[in-house]
Amino acid sequence: MSTFKPRDWGSHAPYIAPGYKSTLLRGPTQAPLAIKSGLTESTGPRFAPASVRELDFDLTKNGLVNGEPLGERIVVHGRVMDTDGRPQPNTLVEIWQANAAGRYVHKVDQHDAPLDPNFRGSGRCFTDDQGNYKFYTIKPGAYPWGNHFNAWRPNHIHISLFGPGFSTRLVTQMYFPGDPLLDLDPIFLGTEDAAARERLIAKFSIDKTEEGFALGYQFDIVLRGRNGTPMEN
Amino acid sequence: MAYGETPSQTVGPYFAYGLTAGQYAYDFTDIADPTVAGPDAAGEHIRITGTVFDGEGNPVNDAMIEIWQADANGNYNEKPVDVSATDFRGLGRCGTGTDAQNRFWFDTVKPGVVADAGAPFVNVIIFMRGMLVHAFTRFYFDDEADRNAKDPVLQSVPENRRDTLIAKRVETPTGIEYRIDIHMQGDAETVFFDV
Repeated sequence: MSTFKPRDWGSHAPYIAPGYKSTLLRGPTQAPLAIKSGLTESTGPRFAPASVRELDFDLTKNGLVNGEPLGERIVVHGRVMDTDGRPQPNTLVEIWQANAAGRYVHKVDQHDAPLDPNFRGSGRCFTDDQGNYKFYTIKPGAYPWGNHFNAWRPNHIHISLFGPGFSTRLVTQMYFPGDPLLDLDPIFLGTEDAAARERLIAKFSIDKTEEGFALGYQFDIVLRGRNGTPMEN
Repeated sequence: MAYGETPSQTVGPYFAYGLTAGQYAYDFTDIADPTVAGPDAAGEHIRITGTVFDGEGNPVNDAMIEIWQADANGNYNEKPVDVSATDFRGLGRCGTGTDAQNRFWFDTVKPGVVADAGAPFVNVIIFMRGMLVHAFTRFYFDDEADRNAKDPVLQSVPENRRDTLIAKRVETPTGIEYRIDIHMQGDAETVFFDV
């Protein structure tokens, strides 16, 4: 069992990003303390196949009550790999999002947009042996939030992964190409490195688009790679 | 490095129907919940509980905490985590939005000492609205002073900040609790690790 390469902090936002006001009281102010990776850092949870049920990967079908969900059907394909390009097989991917009108099922969301009785907006899937995953959903709508006057979040899907170890844990958001709200969004802009920010934007794919059914997007996810030398015990 | 890491983004305020559905009574299954070790797990059964505070000292009611720990023998679970298992699972997940005082809680067993550590501890990750990147910390135990003194990670923490990592044992009518609060900022800011 080898340890993981250090997190590349240049790819990530700082804990305090003043444009995103909630960080001001919630982001740690002291630099995280580096510790030598050991047995603990190389371990992490694995999940049984039964953790994902048949319709969990299809958000267009896993919340049906009395009809079809409204909105633009999409299919998201992606590959989970590490920074060395190694595929990450059998990795659990958890997703949640707003509906087409920009409204979350969550009880706290008071945005004045309709709930969709046939869309819950959460699901999960595993990557296959090659690290590929796929889920069907409805393109989420933009919605207003209270960060500043006329603040709107771009269309996005929340994605959560463990990867091969507890230290490779990642929660991110997938955005859509050409969204004019991206350059106005302090959460997206919290990632200061422009090249890193681009990695948060899915690519439209006509090849992945399913004729007459769903627009296709590709969103690859890159987790930390492993150190080449095995850990000293 | 052939590929750049995908940047972290905040979990936001509305994670519960995706990540902690059972706890928040949404119609979706769970892959983890506040039970890290069920009643059939070997070891001393304990509850770990506390509050997350922001920089103004207010409880955070929309944080999600995950813990990953070794079993009573100091071994991490190599079997797939099964949220229906009544024995040791190793992984726990709890949101701070359902308890009246906005506490997190985990029902678990006291971990044994991992082979390359000096003292027992649980690994912790904190997520919330207002955090663009999650933060890692550890909970150690206050009744393990001798072993804590030998733990390389705990000893690498400046002495005046070590207390932020040490949970306090309390005997309650319902069993043993270890209490520890997480302070995101301020004089008692929790020590977070770059792991």
